[in-house]
Amino acid sequence: MIETLNAGLALLILALAVWTIVARDTFAAVVGFVAYGMLLTLVWVQLHGVDVALIEGAIGGGLTGAMLVRAAARLRRTEAAARAEHPAVLTRMAAVLVAGSASAALAVAVLTLPDPAPTLAPETATNLAATGMGNPLTGVLLAFRAMDTLLEAIVVLFALIGVWSLAPDRVWGGRPGPRHHADPDGILAYLARVLPPIGLVVGVYIFWIGADLPGGKFQGASIIAAMWLLAVMAGLSDAPPVSRTWLRLALIGGPVVFIAIGTAGISAAGAFLAYPDGLAKPLIKAIEWALMPSLALTLALLLAGVPERPAR
Amino acid sequence: MTDAATLFGLCAAVLVGLGLYGFIVNPQPLRKIIAFNVIGNGVFVLFGAVAHRGGALGWGGDPVPQALLITGLVVAFCASALAVTLLLRLAEEAESVTLAPDVPAPAEPATDARDA
Repeated sequence: MIETLNAGLALLILALAVWTIVARDTFAAVVGFVAYGMLLTLVWVQLHGVDVALIEGAIGGGLTGAMLVRAAARLRRTEAAARAEHPAVLTRMAAVLVAGSASAALAVAVLTLPDPAPTLAPETATNLAATGMGNPLTGVLLAFRAMDTLLEAIVVLFALIGVWSLAPDRVWGGRPGPRHHADPDGILAYLARVLPPIGLVVGVYIFWIGADLPGGKFQGASIIAAMWLLAVMAGLSDAPPVSRTWLRLALIGGPVVFIAIGTAGISAAGAFLAYPDGLAKPLIKAIEWALMPSLALTLALLLAGVPERPAR
Repeated sequence: MTDAATLFGLCAAVLVGLGLYGFIVNPQPLRKIIAFNVIGNGVFVLFGAVAHRGGALGWGGDPVPQALLITGLVVAFCASALAVTLLLRLAEEAESVTLAPDVPAPAEPATDARDA
C-alpha cells in the first residue's frame, strides 16, 4: 500500500517538475513549483526526515514560493520579449543529451549504493548524551557540526547585505519593498489578522521542542518570518528602514552570541565551539535563543527585498 | 517493490536531469533560477535518500546528513533570494532581462545616473 502511494507521489512530483520547466507562462510555472515544493515535504516524511520536511515546507515551498510569485508578477512586462527568444534546435538536443546523461549517471549511482550503507548514526547516538539534546539533529547542528551552523547563520546575513547593497542611492537605507495596501475587509486582511497569532504560537512551539523532537530554530524562524510578511503584504504592518540601529543590532545579535560562546570554548574547553563538560545544554540553548530572532528577521527581510522608499 | 530510498533516489536523479535541461533551454533568467532550484531539490532528495539508508538504532535516517540538509536548504534559499533580487533590480534599471548577447543596450541609463 505505502509503496503504491510512494510511487504515485514520485510520479506527481515528476509531472509537476516537468510542468515547472516547460510551461510557457512564467507565473504558471511558479505556481507549479510551489505545489511541487509542498509535495516534496511528503517525500521528506517518507525518507524519515521530519525536521527536513518542516524546513522544506516553510522555506522550500513557502518562502521561496512567495518570493518567486512576487518576482514573476514584477517581471510580467518582460515576458513577451523573453518568449520571442528560442534556443536553437542544436542547443535543445545538446541539453537533452547532457540532462539525460546526468540523470542516467545518478540513477546508476543510486542503484549501486553500497550495502550496508555507511552511517554515522551509532557515533551520534553514543555522543548525543554529552550534549543533553534528545533530537539528534539539534545535537549535530549545534555540537558536532556547530561550525556549519555558525557559517550558515553568517551566510544568511551576507545574503541580506548583498540584497541591501543593490539599493539605488536615493533610497539608501530606506524601507524595503513597496507599501502594500489591501482591502481592509478583504480576505487577505482578514487572514493577516487571524493567522499571525496562531502562526506565532506554532513557530515558537516548533522552536521550543527542537531540542527533543523534530523542529528547531530554522523551522520556527521561517514560520515567524512568514507571519510578519503576511501582515506586511496585507498593509497592516510596514518594513522598518534598513538603516535603523536597533534592526542592525538585532540582525547580528544571534551570530555574535554564537561566536562569543564559540570563542569562550577555546579557553574553557580547549577548542573553538567546544562546550565545557556539563554546560553543553545551557550553552546550546543560549545560542538557539539568540539565533532564532536574528534568523526570523533576516529571512523576512531577505524576502522583503531591496530598499525602495526613503527612510523618513 | 522497491524501497522508499531507491524510489525517491531515482526520482531525484530525474529531477536533476529535468532541472539541468530547463537551466540550459529556458531563455528567461527567472526560469533559470527556478530550474536551478529543481536541480538543487534533486541533489537534496538524493542526499536524503542516502541519509535514509544510513538509518540505525531506531532512527529512520542518519542524523548527520539530515542536519547538513537543513543547512543546505537554508543556504539555497538565501542564494535564490539574492539571485531573484539581482534580477528584479536589473529589470528595474534596464527594462529588459534578456541574456541574449545580440540585444542592443538601452540608450539611456534608466534612473539614478544623477545620484551616482
